[in-house]
Amino acid sequence: MSTGLKTSNDLNSEKVTTPSENSYVKTLKGFFEEVTLLTKFTGRFFREVIRPPYEVSEFLKQSYLIGYKSLPLIAITGFIMGLVLTIQSRPTLAQFGAESWLPAMVAVSIIREIGPVITALIFAGKVGSGIGAELASMKVTEQIDAMEVSGINPFKYLVVTRIMSATLMLPILVIIGDVISLYGAYIGVNLKGDVSFDLFFVKIFEKLVFTDVFPAFIKTFFFGFVVALLGCYKGYNSSKGTEGVAEAANSSVVYASLMIFILDMVAVQVTSLFT
Amino acid sequence: MGTIVANISHLKKSFGDNVVLKDISFKINKGENLAIFGKSGSGKSVLIKCLVGLIEPDDGKVELLDSTVSDLNNDELNALRKKIGFLFQSAALYDSMTVRENLEFPLRGQKSKPQKEVDELVTEALKNVGLEEAIDKMPSELSGGMRKRVGLARTLILKPEIILYDEPTTGLDPITSKEISQLILDIQKKYNTASIIITHDIECARIAANRIIMIKDGTSVAEGTYEELAESKDEWVRSFFK
Repeated sequence: MSTGLKTSNDLNSEKVTTPSENSYVKTLKGFFEEVTLLTKFTGRFFREVIRPPYEVSEFLKQSYLIGYKSLPLIAITGFIMGLVLTIQSRPTLAQFGAESWLPAMVAVSIIREIGPVITALIFAGKVGSGIGAELASMKVTEQIDAMEVSGINPFKYLVVTRIMSATLMLPILVIIGDVISLYGAYIGVNLKGDVSFDLFFVKIFEKLVFTDVFPAFIKTFFFGFVVALLGCYKGYNSSKGTEGVAEAANSSVVYASLMIFILDMVAVQVTSLFT
Repeated sequence: MGTIVANISHLKKSFGDNVVLKDISFKINKGENLAIFGKSGSGKSVLIKCLVGLIEPDDGKVELLDSTVSDLNNDELNALRKKIGFLFQSAALYDSMTVRENLEFPLRGQKSKPQKEVDELVTEALKNVGLEEAIDKMPSELSGGMRKRVGLARTLILKPEIILYDEPTTGLDPITSKEISQLILDIQKKYNTASIIITHDIECARIAANRIIMIKDGTSVAEGTYEELAESKDEWVRSFFK
């Protein structure tokens, strides 16, 4: 007859699952599900991008909204970035008597790393969140369903155009941002010195090489792509009403920023193989 | 008996453990207005979304205009959708576009249409709903009733053979509700379209529908004209007509 008491052997043979273990499993499962869905979403983008009809007018409209409308923000932050970096770097270089290296050092920093990464992060904050919120709001108010029942492919119209625009616009914004940043640096150099415009740029181009410029330019296409991809993914698959809109906008920026750093790390590793 | 334009048989849909549609079957003839009537949460909106492939049913068959929806590829489904109008509960107007652009949007696939013809279609659709003056307004400038009318105009622009109305009078005052219900009836008479009207507004069903199907817990429990159902022996059915 069973006494109802459990022996130590009974206890050892039972699988003990604590609540925290359950939540780890759930989180891990959720992560892999999300990765699978994102991979499918990306795959659909590459299938749809080559299939006609092409939404040219919407692509141009988005390029204007994503590119041209972001320009003032990128220009202001770029200028401040160049100015501040120069002012902050001067005392350190002055300690080693290397102030003449200031233009080249600032230029290499801006063009290789700070320009693309900071511009991409600002772009993620402005464009990524905008795309996430807009598409989520369209989803919640059934506008995406309305497109679908009109026989229009909403993925092609909304997602493909935005991803293509962001992928092509960010590199242009980075180039403009870098140039304005270098102008900010020129102003910064002249706050406590007297360097002509020509000399400043001669100093910059003495040190800049192809491997500084080209990889930095190429990685910006990837930055633009992930910002728009994650914004579209989060917005297009949003649910839970207005809460979902906020969540889509927020998570678009958070994941895009994280991906920019991860991609940057990969880009540095790849570049170092060739230098 | 007229031509059957929609034949829905044994439709079933669940979300996890929640069974929304248990077994729904019905047919609709050309030029007929059918109201699907039931309480909120009875699965009416899920049913209408299953019809146009926005939600995939677990089981059953949806035949619209001689095409089985589940057998169609994407291009065929899009071609079929152009023959079916859908008025959403919220009207689902595109916020970033004017009324004109909203109405022009479904015509995008028909690039060959000259702009003059497109303008005429837009004007005609807005005239049908009595909102010609709103052509250059943004959706945010419109009232609830006006939004529904513009949504209906956008639905009409492709001259659909079947129109699906998802709660067309929800959120509107009684007078505007009556106007929208009358508009549904006018459109049926003018274009001889078949319509499925999802509603929990018995007055809308009375004005606009030739036949009513009552849904309870995912199954159809009664079918007939307004007058027949008002005198039903089933107390639950009768309770809506008091």
